[in-house]
Amino acid sequence: MATGNDQIYYQEGTEGQHVHEEEHHHGNFITTYIFSTDHKMIAKQYLFTGIMWAFLGGLLSIIFRLQLGFPGMDMSFLKPILGGWINETGNLDPTFYLALVTMHGTIMVFFVLTAGLSGTFSNYLIPLQIGARDMASGFMNMLSYWFFFLASMVMLYSLFIETGPAAGGWVVYPPLSALPQAIPGSGTGMTLWLVAMVFFIVSQLMGGINYISTVINLRTKGMSFSRLPLTIWSFFLTAIIGLLSFPVLFAGALLLVFDRSFGTSFYLSEIYIAGEALPNVGGSPLLYQHLFWFLGHPEVYIVLLPALGITSEVIATNARKPIFGYRAMVGSMIGITILSFVVWAHHMFVSGLNPFLGSIFMFLTLIIAVPSAVKVFNYLTTLWKGNLIFTPAMLFSIGLVSLFISGGLTGIFLGNAAIDIQLHDTYFVVAHFHLVMGSVSFFGLMAGVYHWFPKMYGRMMDNTLGYIHFWATFVGVYLVFFPMHYIGIAGFPRRYYSFTAFDPFNAFVDMNMFISVAAILTFGAQAIFAFNFFYSMFKGKKAPANPWRSNTLEWSTPRFPEHGNWPGAIPMVYRWPYDYSKPDAKEDFIPQYVPFSATPESNLPHEEDTYGIEMEGEETKKMDEPHAK
Amino acid sequence: MAQSKIELIPLIEEPQQTLSMHPKKFSLWLFIASVVMIFAAMTSAYIVRQSDGNWLEFDMPPMLWYTSAIILASSGTMHWAYWSAKKDNLGSLKIAMSLTVLLGIAFLVGQYLSWGELVDQKVYFVGNPAGSFMYVLTGLHGAHLISGLVFLLVTLISSFRYKVHGKSLNQIEMCATYWHFLDGLWLYLFLFLLLNH
Repeated sequence: MATGNDQIYYQEGTEGQHVHEEEHHHGNFITTYIFSTDHKMIAKQYLFTGIMWAFLGGLLSIIFRLQLGFPGMDMSFLKPILGGWINETGNLDPTFYLALVTMHGTIMVFFVLTAGLSGTFSNYLIPLQIGARDMASGFMNMLSYWFFFLASMVMLYSLFIETGPAAGGWVVYPPLSALPQAIPGSGTGMTLWLVAMVFFIVSQLMGGINYISTVINLRTKGMSFSRLPLTIWSFFLTAIIGLLSFPVLFAGALLLVFDRSFGTSFYLSEIYIAGEALPNVGGSPLLYQHLFWFLGHPEVYIVLLPALGITSEVIATNARKPIFGYRAMVGSMIGITILSFVVWAHHMFVSGLNPFLGSIFMFLTLIIAVPSAVKVFNYLTTLWKGNLIFTPAMLFSIGLVSLFISGGLTGIFLGNAAIDIQLHDTYFVVAHFHLVMGSVSFFGLMAGVYHWFPKMYGRMMDNTLGYIHFWATFVGVYLVFFPMHYIGIAGFPRRYYSFTAFDPFNAFVDMNMFISVAAILTFGAQAIFAFNFFYSMFKGKKAPANPWRSNTLEWSTPRFPEHGNWPGAIPMVYRWPYDYSKPDAKEDFIPQYVPFSATPESNLPHEEDTYGIEMEGEETKKMDEPHAK
Repeated sequence: MAQSKIELIPLIEEPQQTLSMHPKKFSLWLFIASVVMIFAAMTSAYIVRQSDGNWLEFDMPPMLWYTSAIILASSGTMHWAYWSAKKDNLGSLKIAMSLTVLLGIAFLVGQYLSWGELVDQKVYFVGNPAGSFMYVLTGLHGAHLISGLVFLLVTLISSFRYKVHGKSLNQIEMCATYWHFLDGLWLYLFLFLLLNH
């Protein structure tokens, strides 16, 4: 619509009283910025915390990358920060190396790509895109953030205790994690890890219940499921996965707590450690792996689906084309959601699983390639012959598709139980999931930030800096993770402090050095983003109401939406969100709040019918026209 | 097309009302789903572990039969309370709610006594996982039951303040849903333990 916002058709009736309620809602500093129940502020809190964690998690990886790229290097210069973790000869303490790997994984998977991604965009976009004033329960939403904050504080604190943070890998397999005498990291650090994770699970469940309840119950008039933007579909399905899988992690962690602190034997049996036989009999460490991966695998999709949803939206908007295969996109996301629960044992091919079960899980795992390929196909066909506008968000989305393909292909190898015997726990796995899970989700997060920054802060981010950030990150990510495949195929195991003692791996010193240098440069490039983000928040160009000429409802709010989002009534929805470049339309986009009756020139025959029927009587002649059939 | 005619008739199609339920009741069901997943995980873990062998055999504490009867009865009184509220029979609402709370507490006490019966059989929390699972399942259910009792007490207070009646049923409906769920959950666990111990 050429005239933009003044043509929104608002929903009458019950909403009026809500507006009235919101008018009294002028909070002070604390209720506005800290204990806010406004979903937009909570989203920003998640984003800030997520960015902080991303930098910390990245920094931890740089420290262990230094050790891997330059074995035995003198790290005395890190002594002011790491203190005793750098020993007298200036080397990184090997037990702290394990802790670094563990904390990098935990922080990135849970605190950045789950809380930072889902927490930010589910909170921000669900009410704005479905046309709701706020979440189903604003209070529970606030509580969700503060439980996350508590989890963050406990996890952060565990980095600074004397015995160091948890060090058994982010999967914390018992018996290593269950026995405090096993490694220093299995002491207090592990306890704090479990406490933090319990708070985190509570936070995710409260958030997830809210997201699902909001999407189902608070949609504006006309926002049927078939008109939901794909972002909302992805957040909705992500929340369902989280709701069903996080309780299982809770159960697994609870049993681990009992084993650690109360002396039970759920996971422990016949162990002889440090010259002493433990009394525990009858436990099964494999049981933990089942419980962990029943969350652990769906968790992969918890971090992936929101990124894919954001990409669908960004690509359709910036290709100025309807998303290709909307129903196929929804269907494949539902397929991924269901399949994500029945493939967990592919993480356990070499842990003593019955080989027959292994082949079943292999089969189920490979089926995931189908919906994933459907999504990739639809992204590419949406881009095909589109009027591409290369905003930074669009570049990150296209980059995401590239990473999703190159990372996904190696998944086909890893999903094979036989090939996994060679590749399991090597850098091939590290390369695979960093590309397909880590980088894809990170690129989705970045695409989301660049795309919705104008709505969040009313200002534009700098495009040039965005381009530099994108290319540095895109090239950097490939330089870091692509060579890892070769190291992995050669058999180089994960989580090893030092490899130079093994002759076969000495040949990889140069390649490891290359990876480390690339990692440092890529990490450094994120400073460009940080500067751009914080600078633009205050000094960026003022954002127009709808900078990307997008169709979804959030762009119909004022530049700084108050708590309640729309100053008047909530707009109603008449069409799906992907009416870009519709033939004969006045503009190349028609927002969701524009009725078909306002766009007679571009309506398709079946759309004409939807309002033609209501106009029956006054306009019967129109129905007789040949093109209306 | 007759453009001028359309401008004369500013008729806009009316979008359809979307499907929606009471958000809080719906959220309660979602919460119940997540609790179901915790117990599904626990009982699956139980079966997986049991199939590994080295499983301690012991008798189910007889007390559990009584507690199961008690919680079944409390579900009955809960429903009595709900019907009373619906029919604005506030006197019997108070009696039924109080009874439900008392039965809930009696159930918890009974569960605790059943632990004593386990100890008499020399089945301890620490030891063979068969015994540990027994304690974990009853304990975890007990923890959820305490949350249910808190909800019951809140509803009880509201009903004594005449805030629960035929035109304000949301609270007692949600309370009843949760309480029946906890009842059903216990019956499931009891049956599961009877069949698999």
